[in-house]
Amino acid sequence: MANLKVPVAPADHSIGDEHAPVTLVEYGDYQCPHCAHAHPIVNALRKHFGKQLRFVFRNFPLTEIHSYAEAAAEAAEFAAAEGHFWEMHDGIFEHQNRLGVPLLKELATKIGLSSAKLDAALESHEYLDRIKSDFMGGVRSGVNGTPTFFINGVRHDGSPEFDDLAEAINSQTLKTDRKRAG
Amino acid sequence: MSTILAPGTSAPDFTLPVTPDQNLSLRDLRGQPVVTAFYPADWSPVCGDQMALYNEIHSEFQKYKAEVLGISVDGSWCHAAFAKDRHLHFPLLADFEPKGAVAKAYGAYREKEGFCERALFVIDEDGVIVWSYCSPIGVNPGADGILEALENLKETRQSHGQPESSSRAS
Repeated sequence: MANLKVPVAPADHSIGDEHAPVTLVEYGDYQCPHCAHAHPIVNALRKHFGKQLRFVFRNFPLTEIHSYAEAAAEAAEFAAAEGHFWEMHDGIFEHQNRLGVPLLKELATKIGLSSAKLDAALESHEYLDRIKSDFMGGVRSGVNGTPTFFINGVRHDGSPEFDDLAEAINSQTLKTDRKRAG
Repeated sequence: MSTILAPGTSAPDFTLPVTPDQNLSLRDLRGQPVVTAFYPADWSPVCGDQMALYNEIHSEFQKYKAEVLGISVDGSWCHAAFAKDRHLHFPLLADFEPKGAVAKAYGAYREKEGFCERALFVIDEDGVIVWSYCSPIGVNPGADGILEALENLKETRQSHGQPESSSRAS
């Protein structure tokens, strides 16, 4: 069974209660259609589980098959450095059909960030090291494609659809409840 | 699930088409670690299928001087089209005729379906299997096991006092 080798840390992009009993980690690629499909599912899970669930996104761009995946990840990291990771993250997935540098710049402007600064960050690959480090941590943890989910550190080998993920998350919250009760 | 060859077994040699007009033999790669990745079929419908993943981390494998070989029962023209489409940087071998013969020799063939298991083998410089793993057919095994095996291989070699390139025949 594959386990998350890089524990969730403050440097991660995380949303939801940090003391939540369940942490869902996704390794994703902004150009992957399956990740775009998973995006509203993750949002629905967050809504469904509320304070029970924390979500963490890590980069896993497959650059050989997705020519804009790396630039998109760099744009999200650029936005993160300015405190706007999730807006960029959502914007990219919601407009994945138009993914390209013009879209990334348009999103930056919409969020209130400088598209010139984004251009410079893309040009200098300012955030590439972090992305590569996410990627290799994923490989070492048994990430085998995108999206790959880990629920409380264990790779989810079931389907990445709502019902399957919700069931797996549920069994983790029950475990925590039992521990608290016992 | 098939019973694949276990660590300690000498890796059966094979010669398979690597392009429509070229063959590659396992023995030609003696002196460097070899990763053989058997997989069911080209054109898997998921992003980041097994081959795409190995492609993405090809530079990591190169750090160990390891050669990665993808093997399936697809023909060499099919492999060529697939490799071109996915920009693959490592060879795909066609275990096409007689169908699945090499996979069978490694215990990695599914008779009923007529294609390879998702089976991984790490073979050392001397042609001995040092690690093997067969994944459930629907689960891409990823690369963590391979990298760990290559790491162990490197450590063993170093602890025996052999410089990395000493066993390389040229």
